[in-house]
Parts: sequence; C-alpha cells; structure tokens
Amino acid sequence: MSAAVRPLLEVRNLRVEFNTRRGTLVAIDDVSFDIAPGEVLGVVGESGAGKSITGTAIIGLLEPPGRVSGGEILLDGQRIDTLPTEEMRKIRGRQIGAIFQDPLTSLNPLYTVGRQIVETIQTHLPMNAQQARARAVELLEEVGIPAAERRIDHYPHQFSGGMRQRVVIALALCANPRLIIADEPTTALDVSIQAQIIQLLKKLGREHGTAVMLITHDMGVIAETADRVAVMYAGRLAEIGPVQKVIHEPQHPYSVGLMGSIPAIGQEVERLSQIEGSMPRLDAIPQGCAYNPRCPKSFDRCRTERPNLMPAGATRAACWLHADRAGGTNAHRVPAEEHR
Amino acid sequence: MSAEMKQGAALAQGASRALLEVKDLARDFDVSRPWLNRILEGAPRVLLKAVDGVSFAINRGETLSLVGESGCGKSTIARLVCGLYGPTRGSIVFDGQDMSEIASRSDMLTMRRRFQMIFQDPFASLNPRWRVGKIIAEPIRQHGIIQGEAAIAKRVGELLEDVRLAANDAEKFPHEFSGGQRQRISIARALSSNPEFLVCDEPTSALDVSVQAQILNLMKDLQREHGLTYLFISHNLAVVSHISDRVGVMYLGRIVEIAPTRTLFKRPLHPYTQMLESAIPDITMSGKERTPVAGEVPNPLDPPTGCAFHPRCPHANDRCRSERPELRTVEDAQVACHAVEEGRLVGVA
Repeated sequence: MSAAVRPLLEVRNLRVEFNTRRGTLVAIDDVSFDIAPGEVLGVVGESGAGKSITGTAIIGLLEPPGRVSGGEILLDGQRIDTLPTEEMRKIRGRQIGAIFQDPLTSLNPLYTVGRQIVETIQTHLPMNAQQARARAVELLEEVGIPAAERRIDHYPHQFSGGMRQRVVIALALCANPRLIIADEPTTALDVSIQAQIIQLLKKLGREHGTAVMLITHDMGVIAETADRVAVMYAGRLAEIGPVQKVIHEPQHPYSVGLMGSIPAIGQEVERLSQIEGSMPRLDAIPQGCAYNPRCPKSFDRCRTERPNLMPAGATRAACWLHADRAGGTNAHRVPAEEHR
Repeated sequence: MSAEMKQGAALAQGASRALLEVKDLARDFDVSRPWLNRILEGAPRVLLKAVDGVSFAINRGETLSLVGESGCGKSTIARLVCGLYGPTRGSIVFDGQDMSEIASRSDMLTMRRRFQMIFQDPFASLNPRWRVGKIIAEPIRQHGIIQGEAAIAKRVGELLEDVRLAANDAEKFPHEFSGGQRQRISIARALSSNPEFLVCDEPTSALDVSVQAQILNLMKDLQREHGLTYLFISHNLAVVSHISDRVGVMYLGRIVEIAPTRTLFKRPLHPYTQMLESAIPDITMSGKERTPVAGEVPNPLDPPTGCAFHPRCPHANDRCRSERPELRTVEDAQVACHAVEEGRLVGVA
C-alpha cells in the first residue's frame, strides 16, 4: 500500500475499559492501526487478546460495562467513536458491514433470508420492494448460493452451515459497505467450506475495493487472505506488518512462539515449539512488556518499561530487542501515536 | 506399571500385535418422527447411518487418527470404541477380547480401566463443584486401584506432576484453571486408572494454537513414558499429521483411505483426501490460489448411491454412481476408489 492513499479506517491509541466491581480492567490498551481501501488486515492472537473487542469497538457495538475510554476511530477521516447512537446506526450496515462467527445466531430464524436481506437493503438504500428483492437475489448469487431465486424464500434452518455463512456475508454486503469486520467467519465451518468462504472474501476485496478486517486465530486463513497482519497480546499490539514477513520472519518473541507452535503438514518435527504458561488475566497484566514473564529473551528493561511499536526487520514490533535500531528510545513512534 | 499392564504387554507378544481391532463396525441412529406421527402421517422410519462398515486395527504404542468433516462419523466411532454407544453391527476386539462377548460386570470393569477417553471441551467435561483432586481420584476409587486416602492423594499428586501441573493444584476447583490446564486435568484423570489405550476426541480443538502445542507435546511425551496407544479424532489435518503414525480419512460414515501418515500426506490417493489437503489453508502456501473446492457434504439421511463422494468428485463415472467401492491395498495404503483401482487418476502408479 502506498503511503499516499488515505487509509479508510484509522484506529488511534484505542483504549477500551470494563468497569467491574473489582476495579477497571483495560481490555484494549493503546492500539493503533490503519486499513487502506481494498486491503485485508488480519488480526490474530489467542483467546482474550482483545481481537473481538477491537472489532466490536469499531462497529460501535460494545456492550456496557465496556466502553471506549481513550483514542479515536476514524472512518474516511470522520470520527465515528463519538457519534450518537442513531448516526452510528446509519454508518453500521451502510459503511461498515459485520460478519460474526456463528451464522445461526446472526440470522433471525422466524424470517426468510430474503425478507432479512430486503429489509436491510431498504434500510440503507432508496429502493422499492421489487428492486430490493432483485438486488437480494443478485447478492445471494454473488456469494455463491445456487438457485438463489428459489432459495431466497427459505428460512435459515433450511440452509447448511456454509450456506448460512454465505447468507450472513450477503447481509453484510447489502449496502456495498466500504469496510467489513469479519470476526472468525470460518471458525464454525468445515475446511472445504472454509476454503470457499476465504475465496469469497478475497474476491470482495479485489472486485469491490472493500477493506476487510479479518479477526481469527487461524494463521492459515490469515496467510491465504490477508495483506497485512496484526498480532495482539493482552490487549496490545505486539507486531504489525506484511503477512509474509510476520509469518516467516516474525520479530516479536511472541509472534515467533505463536508461529512455531502451529503444526504444519509435511514438516516432520518431534516436538512443536511451545510458549510456556498462558496469557495473563486482564486484572494481572505484568509491568513493562505484557509478554515479559513468558518471554525467553526478556531483560531488565522489559520488566519495567512498556515498549511501543518500533521498526523491526520488515515489520513493526513492540519489543525492546529492537530498540537499538530504533535509537534506543521510543523516538520512532509516529506523532499520531503520542500518549495523551 | 500395574500387573494388568505387564500382562497386557506379555499378551502383545502373541500372534496379533493389534491392541484394538474394529471389524465392519456400524451404528445407525433412529431419527424417525415420533410413533404417533408415523401412524397418522404414514411417515416411514428414518435411519441415519452414522458409521457404516468401518474396519481398522491399532497396534500397541501406535497413534491412529481419524479425520473428516462434521458428520462423517468420526466421533461416533470414538464413542463406540469406548462403549458409550452399542454397535448396530460389527465387532470391537480389544487385546484379543471381543467386547460384545464380555458377560459379567466385573470382567467389563476390569476391561474398562484399560481404556479411557479425553473429550473435546475441557469446560464441560470436569464437574465444576468438585475439587481437582476428587475429579482425578474418581477412576482410582471406582476401580479400587489404590486403597487409603493418603495413598490416593499421593497418586493424584504424581498424576498432576505427570501432566506438568503442581501437586497442590488438587485442592483447587476447575474454574481456577485455563482451558489448556483443564485439558491437562482431563488427561490426568484419564491416566489415573493406568490405561493402555486412550481415545482422544478432538482434544485440542477448543484450545489456542500455543496451548494446543503444549497439549500435543504432552501427549507425545506421555505416550513414550507410559507406552500408550491412541485413537485420535480430529478435523485438523495439520494436527493429525503431527501426532499420528497412521491416518484414516472418513467420509459419510466410511473410511475412504487409510495409510501411514507420511504416505497419506505425500501421496494422497483418494480424490476426497486430495481435496481435503488442498483445502487446508497452510501458512507455507501463503499467497497461492488454492484448488477450488466445490459442493458440501451431502445429507447423511439420503446418501448418494455408489461411492458417497461421487457428486463432488471430478473423476466420477457411471461405475462410481452405482457401485460402492471397497478398500483395496495400494502399496502401504488402503483406498476405496474405483478411479484409483482402474488407474484413471493421473499421477497414480
């Protein structure tokens, strides 16, 4: 992506907090990234790393007690995290589409899929019932549902898992959104169906210039689909960079551990490399770098001072190991990432 | 090692090396409408053939994996082998003893302690109201393996250390542990009756990759330390390629190909195996276009005639549509495919 293209989505120093009886938990802590038009950004990390919360914060659907307590989210230069509920509702669906993991719970079982798609189209686009229905059939065909003309009048339970996920994707596409947040879109599906859905997501980016934020814990899906990938750990960005570089030359020790722990076909190893321990709970995030207690390379500075993203190889990593090249300070962070 | 295990090891020196032999195993589920509806509406009985004539053998100390998509019957086989379901047809022979011929309850109990099961969901498979120590000690008490509370507590501590947890974790409740740690507790419980054979039904599917690596490594270590035999059920081909000695690929209740792991991944013969392997998003393939995969698993209530895979198979012909292929040996693999048998597949010797 050239730097001249204005990013479609800009997330700046995002902070999400949950107020609980036992104090405030910081679920997302100072996360910044961009997505360009037509780009697929993969977001990976273990359960509880904050991947889904980041996505939910962007579409403005955080449930209390969760709230955005710092930073800003800009869509095409316009701030969307401070918009009133009504205005955000217009942006959601029109500008930002969402695809969730479980296709069964994303659809209303009492309405035919056609009715749900038509309703969504008419909410966002000035179309009469006939036009909307024609568009719905078109959408279902586009996502690869055979005999769309007939299937449109079926209920969700009459579709298989893979077909339902296609319907959900069609719903997200209704108003030609410019950004799609896909949260684990293939996790509930079998591999052969998963492959078809991935093809579909790639096609969207290519043909419509839709930007996609693809949240998943499946590195294989990311490798096949994403242009860039962000690795999250304990609510922070550990590393972000081009997909090939992050997968094959990871710079953050956590990314190294994560990539090494994936079993690969045809690669015969007696033991997989494993990361000792597990991710810290939100109420016990360690001082300094959140990864330092598990990190085989940690040193004194890691335990006291928190690293920001800094240039590391071909990517950017939040790790003091790369401080030398970055001048030994946080001087390299872009002004937009400055703490308040 | 218990006396039984030594006895088992001695038996293994005999004629058959297979610890578990499954022959023509089948299990139907009755999914008919309720009786009254059938009478009033004249609806027929509907049988779902979850497993339909499956045969395989697992040698002592070996790991056999069964892979396939949802609904292919792999978990049903795991449950049949453990005796959680009774078979509709066929036999399960464990260490030379046909399970269906065991008459007395005490013989069955003796048999039972020699194999255990690890389940997919470490959140659902542990009683949340029991302390970990009680959970792990349950099979020990049930089978009367060790007498005396102090001795049992000592054994529980050893088991916890075996799975790389601390002995004093026995005092805690399951909710105090993460998913990976809970799966370790499940493994400790499974090991507590000194089994020879473990059936693992998707043991790492609910876990993150880094935790999955910990559990897979642990399972391999334990296999070496205790001489365990595994039947491993998974839908994840990468995990299977890492842990197994041999792999069976299932489609709609039948094994379509079974081969040593290296052979299966280097030279998949059955078109379904080939399709599965090309469908796996593999991080080393980054950027490549994958082979497009068409279609979905058909409705198991109304399986296709002949070879069940023929509607999705690019090599299907009339014979495939009418005649069901049987497993045939091709070098060190066995494959059920007319096209392979007739040499119609390009690149197959």
